[in-house]
Amino acid sequence: MDTIDMTIHGLHQALESKQLSSVEATKAMLARIEAVEPQVGSFITVTPEQALAGAEAADRRIAAGDMDILTGVPLALKDIFLTEGIRTTCGSRILDNFIPPYSATSWEKLRDRGAVLLGKLNQDEFAMGSSNESSAFGVCRNPWDTTRIPGGSSGGSAAAIAARQATATLGTDTGGSIRQPASHCGCVGLKPTYGRVSRYGVIAYASSLDQVGPLTRDVTDCAIMLGALAGYDPKDSTSVDLAVPDYVATLPNGVKGLRIGLPREYFIAGLDADVQKAMDAAIETYRRLGAEFVDISLPHTDYAVATYYLIATAEASSNLARYEGVRFGHRSANAEGLIDMMTKSRSEGFGAEVKRRIMLGTYALSSGYYDAYYVKAQKVRTLIMNDFIKAFADVDVMLTPVAPTPAFKIGEKVNDPLQMYLSDIFTIPVNLAGTCAMSLPAGFSTDGLPIGVQLIGRPFGEEAILRAGYAFEQATEWHRASANL
Amino acid sequence: MKYQPVIGLEVHVQLLTDTKIFCGCPTKFGSEPNSQTCPVCLGLPGALPVLNKKVVEFAIKAGLSTNCSITPRSIFARKNYFYPDLPKGYQISQFEDPICQRGWLDIQLEGQAVKRIGITRIHMEEDAGKLVHGDLPGLHDGSGVDLNRACTPLLEVVSEPDLRSSDEAVSYLKQLHQIVTWLGICDGNMEEGSFRCDANVSVMPVGSDTLGTRAEVKNVNSFKFVKQAIEYEIQRQIDLIEDGGTVVQETRLFDPNLGKTRSMRSKEEAHDYRYFPDPDLVPLVIDDEWVERSRRELPELPEQRRQRFITELGLPEYDAEVLTANRALSEYFEAGVAAHGNAKAVANWVMGEITRSLNDSGTAIQDCPVTPLLLAELLKLIDGGTISGKIAKTVFDEMWKSGKAPHVIVEEQGLVQVSDSGAIEAIIDGIMAANAGQVEEYRGGKEKVFGFFVGQVMKASKGKANPAVVNQLLLDKLKG
Repeated sequence: MDTIDMTIHGLHQALESKQLSSVEATKAMLARIEAVEPQVGSFITVTPEQALAGAEAADRRIAAGDMDILTGVPLALKDIFLTEGIRTTCGSRILDNFIPPYSATSWEKLRDRGAVLLGKLNQDEFAMGSSNESSAFGVCRNPWDTTRIPGGSSGGSAAAIAARQATATLGTDTGGSIRQPASHCGCVGLKPTYGRVSRYGVIAYASSLDQVGPLTRDVTDCAIMLGALAGYDPKDSTSVDLAVPDYVATLPNGVKGLRIGLPREYFIAGLDADVQKAMDAAIETYRRLGAEFVDISLPHTDYAVATYYLIATAEASSNLARYEGVRFGHRSANAEGLIDMMTKSRSEGFGAEVKRRIMLGTYALSSGYYDAYYVKAQKVRTLIMNDFIKAFADVDVMLTPVAPTPAFKIGEKVNDPLQMYLSDIFTIPVNLAGTCAMSLPAGFSTDGLPIGVQLIGRPFGEEAILRAGYAFEQATEWHRASANL
Repeated sequence: MKYQPVIGLEVHVQLLTDTKIFCGCPTKFGSEPNSQTCPVCLGLPGALPVLNKKVVEFAIKAGLSTNCSITPRSIFARKNYFYPDLPKGYQISQFEDPICQRGWLDIQLEGQAVKRIGITRIHMEEDAGKLVHGDLPGLHDGSGVDLNRACTPLLEVVSEPDLRSSDEAVSYLKQLHQIVTWLGICDGNMEEGSFRCDANVSVMPVGSDTLGTRAEVKNVNSFKFVKQAIEYEIQRQIDLIEDGGTVVQETRLFDPNLGKTRSMRSKEEAHDYRYFPDPDLVPLVIDDEWVERSRRELPELPEQRRQRFITELGLPEYDAEVLTANRALSEYFEAGVAAHGNAKAVANWVMGEITRSLNDSGTAIQDCPVTPLLLAELLKLIDGGTISGKIAKTVFDEMWKSGKAPHVIVEEQGLVQVSDSGAIEAIIDGIMAANAGQVEEYRGGKEKVFGFFVGQVMKASKGKANPAVVNQLLLDKLKG
């Protein structure tokens, strides 16, 4: 098998048996990045020097017998993760000169296990978007069809897997930003339970919804990555002090008797026929594997998108206040006086979608509107959480579509924010409920575009969805398909 | 028309924790600019706050000492506004559900009844950094931001508008100051801003029950300025109304050089702070056990101690007041009483010689070279007749200078009191012989000459003669 096609566990075996060195694997990846990057645009910054230095260090560890499953594995990070000494832009002009003095906990954890950093991945600006089109650093294209979007906001993270530019990547998911691009690019993407993975050193979009997660080639890799990322971080008060299970060990336990809920509100009129077909096939596969299906209801689903766009934008309006040109980032060159400097720096630095959300959020928090918007949204959020709690009394996991359609054309929805926002209707409720979900390759459209299905788990029930995902993967071939690029 | 002032105070108390409220940086004052910072207090992207438990403990202490209820589940909120010294673009504070609520302090002005002043709330928050202007390293005539102070823990203590005069305001403020310094949670330094006050002042016609429009006077950094600023503001508002004008709701700044307040920003320019719960911090849950543990660990408070000095130790009210002015002084006094036994005698010395020497040398009671034990020993030497009260003052001065124990000084300098009547009689005889004229005067009825003889005897004995014995013997001998 070609190095660039390898999974983490496959590469690990090759490294362990000395068929391959990390330097060789890393060079192969860097060559692949160079070759296909003009067509894809997954990366904002490629870091060949750091990658080779990391690979050499990994090879020394391997030679010394100090090897972890991630040692020597070349990874790439969404440009939302702070990396000490390496430019971190969050897809925004306002941070195009920002070199962080510290690293995100999640990257430190991977680095300490010997993972190799290939570079920083393209994304929607400040993770605000579903198509990667709000990036200030150029278009990112879907490797399956380069006229189409890869999804967003972790577009680069999914495209880099599909284009075989990295063995695995990290993304963040606030309303579907890992799962939707994973679905569009035919890879596995997991949004862990809120609090499962540290947010320290991850640039905040909406703090009560943001969560770090992996994008991988298969479920096993996803389990490996989650095991490495999960755990309490004393630097993040919202991370939860709960033991981290061995996610890989329980993968083969099967789905016999597993109760899978089908929330009726997710099977709406106007669902794309190919998506419906993939769902039906997935249901059939699980039935064959011995799972039971239960018809369930999540009655407040209709309010999820509106609720999300109040809470997320309110938090964003405050989180993005620190970008004003005083201490770091873009400072306007033609400002006079303090207020002018802050105003111009922000006006010049932020893109249209970010400005739109800052204004929405500022409005929702304003005196006189706070109760009608922010407080009410929080109440509805509680109702949505309760929907999930009630439904999970009857089922172990839920199965739903990830996105209503396969990847759409670049530019197709860019002038219609509402249509763009609706592409996250199946993923947003999971963030509001704070629970975990995974996107799994489950078929192709008639145009040959990947389609994913979503497994939703109970809070801290990642084991169950990984196990269910693994069983599906063993029974299907979808994850083995690769983009012709 | 007569006017009734209505005053409420918001006091910021800087807490004496070693580290900041949401990160591990030190809180030390006066370090190199931006040397005590980290990603959290610099407000860098991706940084997250973690609450310092010590701050919560201090807040609970302050709440219990001011008769507040401790909120079982309190919330941190973001107060959003742009300013270069506010690195995140918001201040983490508390808005709904602050940690302490509904407390009070009793104040009493000279000659008036005790008055209860309500405390609306006490909440925790982080301080901002500060701006520096002028010639800075690498920047001519510029402005710089020093974030050493950013994220320093503060308590904001908000009173009800129960205060009716500048004197009441100062009395309340002094009592609050005494409590937080007594608890050891604040150094109380008003000049450095560790204890600072904003005053909300309004006036209304006497007899009215509708409050007037208030002005908020910012950052008044001494008790004297608080009094001045409030009095100026009251008069300004009365003059304005009398002249047919209306008071506008605004924020005003006190200028201590002019003794005046001036407008800083109007209501229209006021910020909409867009408070909302900080999603980076989980709700702070304080159970009864924690509250009760804190209550048990509270020191005896100044008011309780003052009462005990009066009832248990029999001190006059004045002495009790003076000796509870601060915790260290009252503890010194109590240690002295424990070692000696006579509270009034110890009180007299602490309020007299000790206080005088401390003041003269600018020494804090904690650094007093004469320890309570040595003071007690000195008093015992007086009680036992080894030295006279007068000689004791000489011994005390020497103790202050050398730190030596009093019995050592008495021995080294031969200051033991002479009570042997034979020796004293000999001195008296000599003096009477040398001053026959005065002896005649005394015997002729001029009794005030007696003092002359006492003085002569004490002088001849170098102060060591026991005054009681001298008096008795002199009386006997002069009568003939």
